[in-house]
Amino acid sequence: MRMKGAEAIVEALKREGVEVIFGIPGGASIPLYDELYDSDIRHILTRHEQGAAHAADGYARALGKAGVCSATSGPGATNLTTGIATAYMDSSPVVAFTGQVATLFIGKDAFQETDIIGITMPITKHNFQIRDVAEIPEVIKKAFHIAQTGRPGPVLIDLPKDMQEGEAEVEFPDKVEIVGYKPTYEGHPRQIKAAAKAILEAERPVILAGGGVIISGASPELIELAELIMAPVVTTLMGKGSFPESHPLALGVLGMHGRKVANYAVTDADLLIAIGTRFSDRSTGMVSCFAPEARVIHIDIDPAEIGKNVRADIPVVGDAKRVLRQLIRTLKEMMAQAKTKAWVEKIQQWKKEFNPRMDYDDVPLKPHRVIKEIMDFLGEEDIVTTEVGQCQMWAHHYLGRSKPRTFISSGGLGTMGFGFPAAMGAKVARPEAKVIDIAGDGSFLMNIQELATVVENNINVVVAVFDNRYLGMVRQWQELFYDRRYSAVNLGSSPDFVKVAEAFGAYGTRVEKPGEIRDALTEAFDAGKPAVIDFIIDRECNIFPMVPPGRCLKDIIE
Amino acid sequence: MENTHYIVALVEDRPGVMQRVSGLLRKRNFNIDSISVGATEIPGISRITMTVRGDRVTLEQVMKQLNKLIEVVKVSELNPRESVIRELALIKVNVKSEGARAEVVQYANIFRGRIVDVAKHSMVVEITGDEDKVNAFIELMRGYGIKEIARTGKTIMARGAKSVKPRE
Repeated sequence: MRMKGAEAIVEALKREGVEVIFGIPGGASIPLYDELYDSDIRHILTRHEQGAAHAADGYARALGKAGVCSATSGPGATNLTTGIATAYMDSSPVVAFTGQVATLFIGKDAFQETDIIGITMPITKHNFQIRDVAEIPEVIKKAFHIAQTGRPGPVLIDLPKDMQEGEAEVEFPDKVEIVGYKPTYEGHPRQIKAAAKAILEAERPVILAGGGVIISGASPELIELAELIMAPVVTTLMGKGSFPESHPLALGVLGMHGRKVANYAVTDADLLIAIGTRFSDRSTGMVSCFAPEARVIHIDIDPAEIGKNVRADIPVVGDAKRVLRQLIRTLKEMMAQAKTKAWVEKIQQWKKEFNPRMDYDDVPLKPHRVIKEIMDFLGEEDIVTTEVGQCQMWAHHYLGRSKPRTFISSGGLGTMGFGFPAAMGAKVARPEAKVIDIAGDGSFLMNIQELATVVENNINVVVAVFDNRYLGMVRQWQELFYDRRYSAVNLGSSPDFVKVAEAFGAYGTRVEKPGEIRDALTEAFDAGKPAVIDFIIDRECNIFPMVPPGRCLKDIIE
Repeated sequence: MENTHYIVALVEDRPGVMQRVSGLLRKRNFNIDSISVGATEIPGISRITMTVRGDRVTLEQVMKQLNKLIEVVKVSELNPRESVIRELALIKVNVKSEGARAEVVQYANIFRGRIVDVAKHSMVVEITGDEDKVNAFIELMRGYGIKEIARTGKTIMARGAKSVKPRE
């Protein structure tokens, strides 16, 4: 059929099942927005393109399908980049559309022109620039396919204005073939067998679950495997929620601010079963003393992750869910008894011994107490997003999660300002869930303009500001490693977050005493509008335990 | 152990594909000595030849990371001992006297090079071969005064029936 480029874009989006777009229009994307005007696709106008990208990312992570964002050319496009890089580092399927100057003007330094294809090459899984109106349906089909399959990631489509306005005969393909893109899903039977054999030989196995378990929906298989072989489970930040932290075999998160029991278990393990993790430096500590006694089974859909940071003795390339199914089947066929009884007992002993304290009554508030109250308040299907820094690590360490896709955090890039717009996206994806952003005052300020968006669109999320008037993580490092020379970390007294919330039309409240936390949470979630709770916390409270940079996981200090 | 590895990538012939490849090598901190590109027997598919320095682990990472690029269709490592490696160089050399001119022509013949341009005080010699041969010829020309050198970078092909083909 013959249609305008913009019409073809909207039609292709509908065919992909896109229900919502986060974005901001501009000169180079007006034709697209003119077409959206008549469409059923919901458009949420954010107040900064970074907010749109993070919201699409939060939506994608909450739902497991692609989130879509849109910006105009030039500054609109460059404002998306932090959000795209965030999604790239955490393997999140985001499809970003950018307006572009008309083809004839490309390369002429036209008004609001920028080379967004060149800029985003290193931070996208792939990107496209439309050169012919007729190719629009196929490119969009490819973009969604690439974003959502294999190891997911962001894909950007650059839309020159004349491509949106021009007409062509178009056809909408049902599927696409990409010669250079064939992800491996099934594990190689020989590797599965080798892994099973190693598992049955192990006396001190530990399962390390990463974000890949959540992406592939492998939580049921993970639980089955852990119970079958009686192995304790630790998770990375990205894997939090893949295994219920209330489970007897759960040891919580590992890493720089992980649980002591998790770090000890990995250090003493004789077998590490790593699933869907890229062995980030924040998870491993110094690599040379990471899991020093363990053989490593590394299951990952991305072959390039195998052997990148940590050597793998038994690599298995494939999708976590399918590989775990294969592995469970093979283990059952082998019908051997797990030899882990003594190990699990030792771990349980550690778990009791190292159980972190959270019930502080101090004023100003201890963050542990606030986290505990939030954790107790939420249901297991509710969603926690985080900003980045101490607030993130307090949530990471202390806030137990039981279900996948209920803990959303910028793990790889560590993007301050991520949590609030991501919460907005998550709430749009799962309106029935309570959604709370665990924020620091520094991070919240980086995308605070999105208060206008959530108010205008009745996206009733709650922001819990852990307000210490510092860039707390930097301050902590300066305290511990730079002789308490607090350089450029004091945020002073501005703003008043309650008044800011109110000025935007949100509900705002301040909490200074532990006894007030629960009521404040109830009121915030019942406010009938977005809410900000300003928790005044102990200014120089540190996040412990901590593995100092360049040290081994077992060198964790409290 | 650090070695030079010869990598051949078949890529879709699209705008920006060289930038994707070279950008990847840069962002992953890989060292490349030479990179060249040209058409293949398959329409729409180009062939990039790279020489990469590093140990086995580095080589494996380079190949895996290249494979992740959507427009990269196939990545192979070729063993230099079982392959033909060639480079083409154009060398513009001063010939201030008749004697010099005759000598340069003689050297070019010995190296199976060709004189492709002759001017009053200079000549352009085309020479093809492996890196050592090209380097040796350039060394010989230095005495006459080299005005300009243009080298293509290395390209490589396995000897025998084996060939680098896209996956079916």
